[in-house]
Amino acid sequence: MADSGLLESVLRLVEKVDGGVDSQDVAGGLSVDHQVVVGAVKSLQALGEVIEATQRSSKHWEVTGEGNEILEQGSHEARVFKAIPEEGLPQSELMKLPSGKVGFSKAMSNKWIRLDKGHEGGPRVFRTVDSIEDAVREKLQQVKKGQSSQLEEKEKNELKKRKLLTEVTVKSYWITKGSNFSTTITKQETELTPEMIASGSWREKKFKPYNFEAMGVAPDSGHLHPLMKVRTQFRQIFLEMGFTEMPTNNFIESSFWNFDSLFQPQQHPARDQHDTFFLSDPALAHEFPPDYLERVKKVHSEGGFGSQGYKYDWKIEEAQKNILRTHTTAVSARMLYKLAQQEKFTPVKYFSIDRVFRNETLDATHLAEFHQIEGVVADYGLTLGDLMGVLHQFFTKLGLKKWVEVGNSGVFRPEMLLPMGLPEEVSVIAWGLSLERPTMIKYGINNIRELVGHKVNLQMVYDSPVCRLDS
Amino acid sequence: MPTVGVKRDLLFQALGRTYTDEEFDELCFEFGLELDEITSEKDIISREQGDQKAEGASDVILYKIDVPANRYDLLCLEGLVRGLQVFKEKMEAPRYRRVSPVNGDPQRLIITEDTAGVRPHAVAAVLRNITFTPERYESFIELQEKLHQNVCRKRTLVAIGTHDLDTVSGPFTYTAKAPNDIRFRPLNQSQEYTATQLMSLYKTDSHLRHYLHIIEDEPLYPVIYDSNGIVLSMPPIINGDHSKISVNTKNVFIECTATDLTKAKIVLDMVVTMFIVCVLLSSLSLSLSLSLSLSLSLSLSLSLSLRESAESIAQLLTRMCLRSEVAGDDGQIQVEIPPTRSDVIHACDIMEDAAMAYGFNNITRTTPRTYTVANQLPLNKLTELLRMDLAAAGFTEALTFALCSQEDIADKLGKNISETRAVHISNPKTAEFQVARTTLLSGLLKTVAANRKMPLPLKLFEISDVVLKDETTDVGARNNRRLCAVYYNKTPGFEVIHGLLDRVMQLLEVRPGRKHGYYIQAAEDSTFFPGRCAEIFSHGESVGRLGVLHPDVISGFELTMPCSALEINIEHFL
Repeated sequence: MADSGLLESVLRLVEKVDGGVDSQDVAGGLSVDHQVVVGAVKSLQALGEVIEATQRSSKHWEVTGEGNEILEQGSHEARVFKAIPEEGLPQSELMKLPSGKVGFSKAMSNKWIRLDKGHEGGPRVFRTVDSIEDAVREKLQQVKKGQSSQLEEKEKNELKKRKLLTEVTVKSYWITKGSNFSTTITKQETELTPEMIASGSWREKKFKPYNFEAMGVAPDSGHLHPLMKVRTQFRQIFLEMGFTEMPTNNFIESSFWNFDSLFQPQQHPARDQHDTFFLSDPALAHEFPPDYLERVKKVHSEGGFGSQGYKYDWKIEEAQKNILRTHTTAVSARMLYKLAQQEKFTPVKYFSIDRVFRNETLDATHLAEFHQIEGVVADYGLTLGDLMGVLHQFFTKLGLKKWVEVGNSGVFRPEMLLPMGLPEEVSVIAWGLSLERPTMIKYGINNIRELVGHKVNLQMVYDSPVCRLDS
Repeated sequence: MPTVGVKRDLLFQALGRTYTDEEFDELCFEFGLELDEITSEKDIISREQGDQKAEGASDVILYKIDVPANRYDLLCLEGLVRGLQVFKEKMEAPRYRRVSPVNGDPQRLIITEDTAGVRPHAVAAVLRNITFTPERYESFIELQEKLHQNVCRKRTLVAIGTHDLDTVSGPFTYTAKAPNDIRFRPLNQSQEYTATQLMSLYKTDSHLRHYLHIIEDEPLYPVIYDSNGIVLSMPPIINGDHSKISVNTKNVFIECTATDLTKAKIVLDMVVTMFIVCVLLSSLSLSLSLSLSLSLSLSLSLSLSLRESAESIAQLLTRMCLRSEVAGDDGQIQVEIPPTRSDVIHACDIMEDAAMAYGFNNITRTTPRTYTVANQLPLNKLTELLRMDLAAAGFTEALTFALCSQEDIADKLGKNISETRAVHISNPKTAEFQVARTTLLSGLLKTVAANRKMPLPLKLFEISDVVLKDETTDVGARNNRRLCAVYYNKTPGFEVIHGLLDRVMQLLEVRPGRKHGYYIQAAEDSTFFPGRCAEIFSHGESVGRLGVLHPDVISGFELTMPCSALEINIEHFL
């Protein structure tokens, strides 16, 4: 804060004038540097409504260092003129003078002097007039006196080009009285203290206003990952719809449960090395339900349950191959098989959200692992209309109807369900989608690597908002 | 889903009308297809190889249409057009039947037992009196390639050979011989080679080298001869040049050799029927000869929620190339499955087609009356609750990959891979996918490494699964749910991580104590700085470790500051 003596002097000046005063004039009036006045203005502004100050800028012309030299000694051309005596001066000597070069050419163009090139003893310079008027010096004097407005723009620019004048912009304040104007200064408190509350002194004190434009201090907090926040919401939706969560905590799956049980033929491209991660250790799964295994083998190789089958040589060796599951539907298959082993069938609604793995070529929207969301309903007599109805309810809870495009849905084939032992009249409808895709849409992320994995920017995690899918 | 590229104008010409892109997109949707992209050869080359290479390429508009994986009958322009025309009731679904040639017996293909060990099946057909146009010839070649890539599984299951029948004479023999005993002039070559020479010749062929492995190591190679000993083909690699077809060929001999007979029949049916259709489109008065291997009929009662009469369902099915009529009074429908629809293997496939023809969007939405009570998986419920409270304790959640390199879980943590109980992936494309993680720590440290520019301290956690070998499960491995946290700062902050452990235990209602509570006890662990590691026990069982990381581990993950870490198995607390 500037010293209060200066502040009060400024305030007294402001009090005297009507309509306000420029800080430059204040500086002139108080004979202090303008920057000091600017500091005082800022201090006064911080006191509340004591003064009002609006910033403005003005331009004016100033004489440069070289210009000041001319004011003292005359222009270069005038100095050259003066240096030449009656009998003239050899050009070579003239050029040795400090103003020689510039002064010579200017004096020549002013026709004050002439050059006799053929003179005996070398080129020699003579005066051509008796006296001169040093206009450059006079113009600079006018500027010095603050009368630059009397000069024409052209003249000023000419002097600017000669680096004798310079145009400077000055920022100053226009100061007027504020609504709490007073010529005395009361010191303002910055914060309320326990002592003030205890003594009641806060009643008499003035408090420094807060700057509400500034940001607050960020709380020292932990953060949840945005993809996991979306997962929480999807879990919530399923729970609201009465779906029970499946145990999907088994990333390693046998080809049997991942493919064969779903009636996916053993030559299917999805079972290719290029699409699926196979394990070398432990390479093979053991212990399949033996009766069920036989029924699966039969429906693939010979048909049955109303199906022609694929009619190929189904091999247990292929089914035993361990993989990283390519979909959570492998778990749905296990759950439906388990359901079929119940004494009496009971309708179920299942869901899961968990990781699945594909040995895919990676790009902006594909990683080798992602989260699959899956919903399954098993009951007597479910229809396509029921599937459409459940999907509609589910996607309505997501808030965006076009999100249907991010997923798949369908009715499980009898070749999958009947070998499990489910009653013939039971239908199973299911749908699935990835967790990452809707999250990327929700948060406007184009590259999946900016969302998932160790390379994500933690700032993105720190800054992510709460997740409300339906708003 | 295979994608079929067709020239738009040719397609519209064959359909007998033009469509706007939107109209055609809508038609595709109704028919169960997807108009994936509208492009041109020039666009494709320019996108894949740059504008310069695209100079002078064709800018004829191409429609790229996604076709369901098992609809091999839609893999060419001719098949697509026929399907759409029948769907729009512009034409009747064709009926296919085999006819004998006017003059003489049918051709024969004799299969010798020698093929049993290498490629045991073959089926064949003859198409007579056909007329190619350049476009149809091209489409015919493309169809074979599409079939080779899809149903034939890159020629492993089935390989197709087509020959000019007028250059060879039957009966034909499909046999298998030692590679050095097979000698012929292959397609588009000027001299004869033995099969052995061919295999090395094609090692560098950008197209054929992908198929060599199918028979390369077999003692006998499959080969087809005509009655004069001329080689027609050496499947699944190459045809002979002698019998090659051209745009002028009139009679085509088609052979499909296979390791899967069912697929061979499907493929032969497909080539023949598609090709017939393309002939039919030009001239209906040809005399045809084809061999059909499969024609089945199903009778079924439809139990769809379509609320349609049996008659109208029969009509819907007929529009999907499944000629149907009502049989009897009880609403039974007799459906004829043409050889083009090998994808129909169960009544449910027919129902799906009926629903598609009806229009999925026209189906009335209903709500299932299934009454159920929802349950959370206890492990996930606990995970969700702990996540919230760890964030409330000032730690930020990371989300890292379950797959990683061996180095990440072993060398970089000062461990030997053999002591990790990690499962190993046999076919990783890169080192990032060699194993499933056995610890969450490396993922968190990699997250810290990627965020070194962030203000310190970094406090991170993750609750997720690791995978461990376990012989007691059917697959020999199981997941294990872990909670891991790291504190990364200018000081090691053991007390911070220790405090977090205390907080977690408080949340889990486990009190400090030796017998019925939790305690920590100094432990040796190569991941941690000596004397700065403790094992965590709860109710007498070891549940994890915490400590200050070993400087080699810090450097191994390209970090520069001290770091303390905690990892516990939360399945103990269920």
